[in-house]
Amino acid sequence: MTTMTTASAKGAKRLSDSLPSEVLVGWLRDMMLIREFELRTMAAYQQARIGGFCHVYIGQEATAVGTIACVEAGDPVVTAYRDHGHALARGMSAEACMAEMFGKLTGCAKGKGGSMHMFDRPNHLYGGHGIVGAQTPMGAGLAFGHRYEWEVLKTGKKRLTLCYLGDGALNQGALHEAMNLAGLYSLPVIYIVENNGYSMGTSIERGTTMAHDLRAKAAAYGIDSIQIDGMDVREIYDRFKPFADDLRERQRPGFVDLKTYRYQGHSMSDPQKYRTKEEVAKYQERDSINRLAHHLLNEKKTLSERDWERMQEEIKEQVRVAMKFAEESPDPDPATELFADVYVNPQPNLSPTAEYRHGVKNPLM
Amino acid sequence: MTTTLSTIDTPLHPAVDGVSLPEFLAEEDLPSREGPRVIQFREALREAMSEEMRRDKRIFLMGEEVAQYSGAYKVSQGMLEEFGEKRIVDSPISENGFAGLAVGAAMYGLRPIIEFMSWSFSLVAADQILNNVPKMLYMSGGQWGCPVVFRGNDGAGGQLGSTHSWCVEALYSNVPGLKMAIPSCPYDAKGLLKTAIRDPDPVFFLESERMLGDKAHVPEEEYYIPFGRAARLREGDACTIVSFGRPVNFCLEAWDELAKEGIECDVLDMRTIRPLDIGAVVRSVQKTGRVVVVDQSWPFGSVASEVVTQVCEKAFDWLDHQPLRVNSDDVPAPYAKGLEQAFLPHKGKIVAAVKRAVG
Ligand SMILES: Cc1ncc(C[n+]2csc(CCOP(=O)(O)OP(=O)(O)O)c2C)c(N)n1
Ligand SMILES: [Mg+2]
Repeated sequence: MTTMTTASAKGAKRLSDSLPSEVLVGWLRDMMLIREFELRTMAAYQQARIGGFCHVYIGQEATAVGTIACVEAGDPVVTAYRDHGHALARGMSAEACMAEMFGKLTGCAKGKGGSMHMFDRPNHLYGGHGIVGAQTPMGAGLAFGHRYEWEVLKTGKKRLTLCYLGDGALNQGALHEAMNLAGLYSLPVIYIVENNGYSMGTSIERGTTMAHDLRAKAAAYGIDSIQIDGMDVREIYDRFKPFADDLRERQRPGFVDLKTYRYQGHSMSDPQKYRTKEEVAKYQERDSINRLAHHLLNEKKTLSERDWERMQEEIKEQVRVAMKFAEESPDPDPATELFADVYVNPQPNLSPTAEYRHGVKNPLM
Repeated sequence: MTTTLSTIDTPLHPAVDGVSLPEFLAEEDLPSREGPRVIQFREALREAMSEEMRRDKRIFLMGEEVAQYSGAYKVSQGMLEEFGEKRIVDSPISENGFAGLAVGAAMYGLRPIIEFMSWSFSLVAADQILNNVPKMLYMSGGQWGCPVVFRGNDGAGGQLGSTHSWCVEALYSNVPGLKMAIPSCPYDAKGLLKTAIRDPDPVFFLESERMLGDKAHVPEEEYYIPFGRAARLREGDACTIVSFGRPVNFCLEAWDELAKEGIECDVLDMRTIRPLDIGAVVRSVQKTGRVVVVDQSWPFGSVASEVVTQVCEKAFDWLDHQPLRVNSDDVPAPYAKGLEQAFLPHKGKIVAAVKRAVG
């Protein structure tokens, strides 16, 4: 592979420097979209147009965007409940994502899942999952699936699953069983710890052993691991891309300690007494969006001020359109939807009180 | 070798040491339910735990965010300051781990209170809480009991979707060896939780996120509500309404509406469903001839099914209408507001069921 494109201003050549500049501009756009989307999500939550538990991704944008940029469109992705960023980075429309949180029939789960349950079958997003750690054995299962497809059915290719988890999920038994299985069966899944330093109000040091070197956990299962600065999307690409390519080739599991930070509270009701404003500000200084924008505007000079401003306007408009769409979309009608999607084969007498039926087809399908 | 076999002749099994049951008063001798000391449900829970922890140093509280964060729902606020970090213990998100830890600690002689942020999350600890906790006394042939109180939010919390809205009462009460209490108001929350902590058997104590802010008079003095004694909250001859936990409040709303039309019912709050005060239900049904059971679990194999079965077994001849039940709809809990409202038991469904029964 040649790495001959615009060399970085600082000299040292990085893998991401070899990419066409549209790709990096695309990352900037994706990260900005997530940020803007989440700001509007918070506002809508405060106006009670979104309910339930809602966890925003502000601060962590680079992690989903940077890692998803390293895999193929057909590779499975599965994550936890802080999932709007993964959904958008994977290609879900802002409309379907916002409509889901508004509980609308046009949402990605027809309003049945809400913020924590972003599913997108066409984009191979196998869900946001609300129970901490629940997605980690599923990640092993998805990898088992495509390895089987490739090796036994001989209909597939070498794929790679991305399975995201929070640092709090390190302490669930499910992850440890899953990592052992992945190591044992040689399953091509990468466990990406979005290590934002806290699970709710518990700092990682108070919640897990070996917090200073999480790679020890992977070592116990014979799983290769790396640690990456998750506040720099180019750094993520530079480090994650070769790691992922190698694991795909060898069909082996991996583990990534991706150091990131959430700027907002854990959920929409969190007084955040467990950390200082200075700590938040310290991370905001290293903001991944500002960093990439600075790089493209001032170092690489592949983005003009005018295009940058236009991009920001376009994104604002895109999210405005999504909000309007969500607002104007129909609610699911209990008469037709409450008893739909429960069974694939709704036979009689499955329930003493319910008659199951089929409702509308998922708008994403 | 010869073995002498003797029979246990004490009311309490000797497998659990250091048990002192409180004195239980008749309902009319308990402190008044009315009064000026209006506090929240969560404070009533906190008082119950704190009073018992002052009495018995073996008791500790463990769970996610219970200490430094003051509890995810502020139930344990201030307890870290009073009891210290050895007794109010923050845990990582490891329900299977800390539920199992409680089993070992209880067998060794301590009295754990385990807070599940939500009973929904207890499912990842199912092996410990269903396989070990209720069976320890039996499978050790009477050598070890397992006096643990597991407590936390149960049922729909408001658009939390299908994994976070579990009503575990039907599922878990199927297992012999455990006791289950489900208070509907602050007064009962305190009195029942104190009893749960004193009880030498494992107790599953089900609260509701939606009720933690409910306010009512709670006496400052100590009082214990015995397990297995229902409270009759309203009186009437038309029908018997049986419920427990949060839906009791919907039954009271339904009572008001029905009363306007001259339909007056008995409303029985079971308060514990294992033990179940079926005697109170039967006595009421002997008067009314009709019964509606309101239960927020799914209908199939629910607590309501159990109550209805026992009514048929024990009061069949007094029934003038087949027993009816109001459950959540038989589907996973949906997220969308309108779907969730349609899904849960509410006043309208209870009124309709009672009218059908008396109709
Ligand atoms: C099994 C289980 N226990 C508890 C919870 C409640 N809960 C939801 S998120 C969370 C913190 C998770 O933190 P982390 O894994 O670090 O992810 P982050 O929120 O930082 O993205 C907790 C305790 C849950 N959803 N599932
Ligand atoms: Mg975290």
